[in-house]
Amino acid sequence: MTDQTDSPARSTRLDIDRLLADTSIQVILCCGSGGVGKTTTSAALALRAAEQGRKVVVLTIDPARRLAQSLGVEHLDNTPQAVTRIEAANGGSLDAMMLDMKRTFDDVVSSHATPENAQQILQNQFYQALSTSFSGTQEYMAMERVGQLRKQAEETGRWDLIIVDTPPSRSALDFLDAPEHLSSLLDGKVLRLLLTPTRGPMRLMGFGVKMMTDVMNKVLGSQLLTDVQTFVTAFEALFGGFRERANKTLQAFSSAQTQFVVVSAPERDSLREANYFIDRLLDTKMPLAGTVINRVHGSRLDLSISRTQVLIDELDPETQRVERLTLGRHLNRMTIIEREQRMIASFADRLPQVPLQQVPALATDVTDLTSLRLVGTLLAAQQ
Amino acid sequence: MTEADGPAHLLHVVTGKGGTGKTTVAAGLAWALATEGRRVLLCEVEQRHGISELLQIEPLTKSQERKLDRTAAGGHVFGLSINAEDALMEYLETFYHLGLAGRAMDRFGFVDFATSIAPGLKDILLTGKVYEAARRKLKGMRNAYDAVVLDAPPTGRIIPFLNVADAVSDLAKVGPIRRQADSITAVFKSRHTVVHVVTLLEDMPVTETLEAVADLRKTGFALGSVVCNRVTRTPFTDAELELAVKQELPLNVPGFTDEQTAGVKYELAGEANQIKDERLCRQQLVDHELPLVDIPEIAAGIDHTTINHVARVLAKALAQEVNP
Repeated sequence: MTDQTDSPARSTRLDIDRLLADTSIQVILCCGSGGVGKTTTSAALALRAAEQGRKVVVLTIDPARRLAQSLGVEHLDNTPQAVTRIEAANGGSLDAMMLDMKRTFDDVVSSHATPENAQQILQNQFYQALSTSFSGTQEYMAMERVGQLRKQAEETGRWDLIIVDTPPSRSALDFLDAPEHLSSLLDGKVLRLLLTPTRGPMRLMGFGVKMMTDVMNKVLGSQLLTDVQTFVTAFEALFGGFRERANKTLQAFSSAQTQFVVVSAPERDSLREANYFIDRLLDTKMPLAGTVINRVHGSRLDLSISRTQVLIDELDPETQRVERLTLGRHLNRMTIIEREQRMIASFADRLPQVPLQQVPALATDVTDLTSLRLVGTLLAAQQ
Repeated sequence: MTEADGPAHLLHVVTGKGGTGKTTVAAGLAWALATEGRRVLLCEVEQRHGISELLQIEPLTKSQERKLDRTAAGGHVFGLSINAEDALMEYLETFYHLGLAGRAMDRFGFVDFATSIAPGLKDILLTGKVYEAARRKLKGMRNAYDAVVLDAPPTGRIIPFLNVADAVSDLAKVGPIRRQADSITAVFKSRHTVVHVVTLLEDMPVTETLEAVADLRKTGFALGSVVCNRVTRTPFTDAELELAVKQELPLNVPGFTDEQTAGVKYELAGEANQIKDERLCRQQLVDHELPLVDIPEIAAGIDHTTINHVARVLAKALAQEVNP
């Protein structure tokens, strides 16, 4: 970097190759706010791990079309497919899949219930809303699917590393909060009070409760509440409670076999989200590998903003037009670099204990295995 | 290729893929619309203080309108952060006169429960507040706004969010919720409302933009502009860019070593490539005959300078809206 820029010196480097080589790590979760290149990072990590000998499955949520094509997962079929054309060494392999949340949910129901019970749940109106459009379902189903893949990996030995691209929510925290929120709604006291308002603490409020349940029925419609009741009863009987299941799934992520990689862009909004998320991981003692900051601008030309400006002023606008314009663009680039590095430094300053890796911006979109491989190289590069 | 001629709009809905700078563009639009003597409301829904973080001010709370700024042009921008819980409490109070009981419901988690198991209900509550603020002008109320800008949910959720009447059709057949949803949708689909889509000139955001535009049109919402954010500017001619891509643009900076010349050529090639990609993406939007507004990237852009920059570009591009 230049003499103008403070490098985030106090953070250690996130050593991607060491992370991928550690066979005790079985799951890597890539989290971050939307639009920061999470999917590309997940795919690049998966490819690199496979080509270094890990047996990898990557679970993507909503990949860009051309990235999906390069992985061969353009069809949403919820089942891992082998990615051919990789340069695997030492028995490494790469499978890729795209999450189908409705199908994952249906599978959970079908595999635990008798056919009749399963049918009853699957046809429930509320279940259909829950499994397709409920906020939080995608996050919860991503976790479920990881759990299934883990079980399958243990049984068959097909994979020794699962890499997960988390859903494109506004906030990275949604991934951790959604299952708990969902389960507390369906398993919680509110539902019980609403379904049997004459018992429990609300009874003491007498008239108020009656009025409230009336309002709830009016606002939500009594059919919806009946559907919810039927669903929860059927579901609870089968699985011993939604909450327990969600908590268990989440707990599985707290072990050292799992590592979180927080992905961000060198912009204020996504760094702030990354900061929130890391605080939460640290508070709840979740295993954090470090932060990847994507699309960081860099320069091969060691020429500071002020020196560039001096040079530009010395050039003749007529005869040296192209040189002036070119240096003008370098000046612009250095200004962007300075802005980004200032933000990264302030981020690293707040979290000096968290390893960090900056990944340079690529000139073109990632569209094939070659460019994905390049991203992997950049992810692991010494800086 | 700017905004089509026509009446200025009262409600501007701003959507876009995550990470495209939707909130900044919404804020810039609010500032642009706040010309002399005009009052503009900038709303956000269910966000973790996007507006206040952008402006680096105290968070907007309790779903209350607060003056944010007097613009250079002499207008006023107000801010409102709408939260479904507050809106439901207000709603229950208005229609059912639930005072203390309403608050008790909140304490027992009823509100969270109700808005979660019926996502359509949450959207009605959120859009209802926007509708109420926008409608003041139509009703000639004293606290009316000349324009309301909504920093809306991202493209993936925008249709169900705006089309609340559809979303509650299963939920409520009659009653105040039904009537409310119908009135909201009527205003959102009227000539008073326009939806802007923010994009970056990259593959994914452009694809999502095209999908969103098609869905908006199909559902009956009026498209305002497609705002291309952070467009790379270049002073070079097309021929020069072609050479730059191949690192063949002749360059002779006095005092530069060969290594420095190679370095700056490499750097320029990267930028020229990016510009080529951006132009291909932009062409896709042009092919669909969309009304485009380009907002050039500014290198040092942080905080309020960015909002002012966006506001200046939009004020020029959307002159019809800004000077009704």
